Amino acid sequence: MARNKRSIPEINAGSMADIAFLLLIFFLVTTTMDVDKGLMVKLPPWSEEPPPDNNEIREKNIFVVLVNSNNQLLVEEEYMELPNLRAAAKLFIDNNGDGSCEDCRGARDPKSSENPTKAIISLQNDRGTNYDMFVKVRNELLGAYSELRNELAERKYGRSYDLLNEEAQTAISEVYPQFISEAEPVSVGG
Amino acid sequence: MAQIRKKKSKETPPVSTASLPDIVFMLLFFFMVTTTMREVTLLVRVKKPKATEIQKLDRKDLTTYIYMGAPRNTELYGSEPRIQLDDQLGSVGDVQSFVILKREEINEAERPKFTVSIKADIDVKMGLISDLKQELRKAQALKISYSTNPAGSPEELYKTY
Repeated sequence: MARNKRSIPEINAGSMADIAFLLLIFFLVTTTMDVDKGLMVKLPPWSEEPPPDNNEIREKNIFVVLVNSNNQLLVEEEYMELPNLRAAAKLFIDNNGDGSCEDCRGARDPKSSENPTKAIISLQNDRGTNYDMFVKVRNELLGAYSELRNELAERKYGRSYDLLNEEAQTAISEVYPQFISEAEPVSVGG
Repeated sequence: MAQIRKKKSKETPPVSTASLPDIVFMLLFFFMVTTTMREVTLLVRVKKPKATEIQKLDRKDLTTYIYMGAPRNTELYGSEPRIQLDDQLGSVGDVQSFVILKREEINEAERPKFTVSIKADIDVKMGLISDLKQELRKAQALKISYSTNPAGSPEELYKTY
């Protein structure tokens, strides 16, 4: 029969590339590849009453960092420039005044912190402080901790902290736990 | 002498473009998978600060964003820094209910990982951010992240102050 000879015409796929290109360009334009990055912070839980005066925390175990509304730093009642903060914080954390921290290399100054598990950094800012300055100060304090952890990791395992397995990382973060307190805003003045 | 050499045609054969759609489709799928649409239109100006000690926020579905900065439309909203919650400008008082609502949307098992990312402009004063932090504490949203851009080295951060 003559009808059987008729073959189905092939669909022209030439325009497929054009359609795909169109879609591709759309997704190329709308795509945003940014991964959100930031300084991770844990806030203390809310309580109505002011925190009790804790006499157990001794004065020498607190490293007070004040930032005033002119973005100036007062560290342990002395004026300080931002580039020096990291070293000062490291000295304070690593001091090891009572000698209980075996991995520390601190100066064991009796006037500074007893050991890293007792050392607390208190960051206080004025309501007029710039956010930029606050983040920079916060970054320096976190940097002090991560430098100490890295140095210990190099000494103990010969690798930097990030490359260690989870177990070793916990061991090191137990030697240098992070205690940074962001106090409620006070009027520091200036 | 016998003719050994064949006569070659001088014309170069056309490059086959048959695989072009395949390549394009491959790229298309890549971008389709990696693309994320912009969730909100920014009503405030945000220039993020720089920092070096940064961590990645890997779970986008567990993160809520709060934007802070001076409004783009100064005629309508003034020039004082404001808080943007989703697609509208809010005040500090709205933050608590906003965060609680957002947390309710998450699967219960993963609620402890709920993170609030604060995307604030460098010129915002800490007073407003402290107020926000107090509200977050009241809402029991204790994991927060100060959103920053990566800086090359610590020295880069010392320049302005």
